[in-house]
Amino acid sequence: MDEDPVDALVATAPDGIAFDGLTVDREDDRYAFETPAESHDSLDEADLRSVAADSPYVSNWYFWHAVAPQTDHRWAFLRWLEGADDRGFDDRYDALAGGLTTEWGQLRITASLDESGGRSYALRHVDDADDADSALESYDDSLAARDIAKHDDDGGYRPLKTAPSLQTGWQFPALGPAELVDAVHAVYPATVPNWYREREGELDVTHWHETVERQTGIYGVVKTWDRGDGHEHVDWVAEACCDDSQCLKRREWQYDEDTELAVDGGDGAFPCREPCSLVITAARKWTKLEAEEPQTYEFELTPSEKEQVEEIIDAVADGRTADIREADIYDGANRYRTRFLRAKLFDDDGNLCGVETDDE
Amino acid sequence: MNPDPALVIAAHGSHLNAESSSPTFAHADTIRATGAFSEVREAFWKEEPSFREALRTVDAEEVYLVPLFISEGYFTEQVIPREFRLDGWDPEMWDSDGTSATHATLTAGDTGQTVHYCGPAGTHDSMSDVIVQRAKSVTDDPDVGEGFGLAVVGHGTERNENSAKAIEYHADRIRGMDRFDEVEALFMDEDPEVDDVTDYFESEDVVVVPLFIADGYHTQEDIPEDMGLCEDYRDGYDVPTDVDGHDIWYAGAVGTEPLMADVILERAADAGADLDAAIAEIRDRTGGANPATGD
Repeated sequence: MDEDPVDALVATAPDGIAFDGLTVDREDDRYAFETPAESHDSLDEADLRSVAADSPYVSNWYFWHAVAPQTDHRWAFLRWLEGADDRGFDDRYDALAGGLTTEWGQLRITASLDESGGRSYALRHVDDADDADSALESYDDSLAARDIAKHDDDGGYRPLKTAPSLQTGWQFPALGPAELVDAVHAVYPATVPNWYREREGELDVTHWHETVERQTGIYGVVKTWDRGDGHEHVDWVAEACCDDSQCLKRREWQYDEDTELAVDGGDGAFPCREPCSLVITAARKWTKLEAEEPQTYEFELTPSEKEQVEEIIDAVADGRTADIREADIYDGANRYRTRFLRAKLFDDDGNLCGVETDDE
Repeated sequence: MNPDPALVIAAHGSHLNAESSSPTFAHADTIRATGAFSEVREAFWKEEPSFREALRTVDAEEVYLVPLFISEGYFTEQVIPREFRLDGWDPEMWDSDGTSATHATLTAGDTGQTVHYCGPAGTHDSMSDVIVQRAKSVTDDPDVGEGFGLAVVGHGTERNENSAKAIEYHADRIRGMDRFDEVEALFMDEDPEVDDVTDYFESEDVVVVPLFIADGYHTQEDIPEDMGLCEDYRDGYDVPTDVDGHDIWYAGAVGTEPLMADVILERAADAGADLDAAIAEIRDRTGGANPATGD
């Protein structure tokens, strides 16, 4: 890997090189070297070395064939980061000189040219885009990203890696290409290979029905929720769990291959190819709850109290409760408003309006 | 694809407890540092990368898959093979009596990789060494044994007889070492119960080692309270704590012991990986340089 790029070029030339605007061929010990900037024929090896020595096209070729990881999905992801498929070489190199930035979920990745014509990658949270380096905690080991991804800014545990709650305040100022992909993997596991499969038209999607069918053990009960009577219940699951506000993956799974869910799959960069373990765990709970028969309860609320209950549910469902100001009595989900409602309407056993939940 | 083999460690993980995956990461890091595998990847039932998607994140053509679970049973026989899409798997391929699984070689339906599917870490013979090492760690005494009783504690469940077998297997092996004055297998959910730990020992000092992979609800809350180390786990407890005239040295989950990394490697080595140097390095670094088994 630390071979000289020109040595590598000379060694590879007999096979012919055509990459990113660089063309090199050999015929009868003479070389042809061509880039959009220059064109040479009938070079001897010394001439070839001389022409190649200062060419950014050569260091670029070397980076992509000897330095960058060669696994398809890793390689394609790094190429995508600098728009290699649709940006011309000069334009790309101008951009890389100043730092070329792309977002991947809540990650902000900046690719730059390093001194040898290779790449260096800086990684931080998109919300820290404008923060000075000195304001952020710096890391150089890509495995540190595992710990970063584990908790949100409030210290809460993030069981879903693609929840839009990645903590801020950190940076990896200079990762190599393999390390960059490792760090991305630690924050958003399997997103790069799944993105690549989708790009190649080979994403394997396992839909709801099929996923539920393979459940066993304590999750086997979810099968009983699929009674062939439509998929409204799965729409509710997707609306609850798979919305952009809850998960940055774009839901590609549907009810089954022939039946699309009614709710939108979101706009995330990386595809979600089957219901995740959180969705299945939640669905298990809902399967049990949805097996209950509805009952009629009778109690009185003022119109404002009814609206307040609705506001409380909205605030909890949207994760908004922490943002409600302490003295904002105008917000129905304000803590004092809610405590007043409880004081007025709950009996000592926690029953709304004194009405017991079970009518037995 | 990378021609050098990779290691994938499959563990349970948790939606609720951030520490559940910590031992898996720690042991993976220890193994990664030896350079014995082209890649070391953690995969989880409840976290990400999920079992379903772990193999597509691994570049190697050949993978050693080691379940970081205590016993053979539902997870090792059904869930892991199914979720990793190990084509053609049948528990008969392990030809196990419940604690004797070694490995089976299969092809992953997802990726076409060759997967050496290993028995769980918890039933490997070298796990006995980790339990002894845990006793050394918690007493801070490399010679611990004489004058001490050892309780190996398992969850126990009537749904899976292999769960208790793994606990009794190691208790028997450690008893055979003649190191501790007494060795007992105790359980949370079946007899003999860990609640009555002092009834089963004459020794004044008793080391209690729960055979769990990670510290969590059972090892940090249930078991300390059940044994009478504390009324409420939030109050904490001393090590040792006096219970009915016995000093109870409570060790917490055995899976957090650094030497566990050795067991994972031993599993892969039994399945054919060339790991002699890495195993020696890890035993040296994590306190297992002189195997307590002596065999």
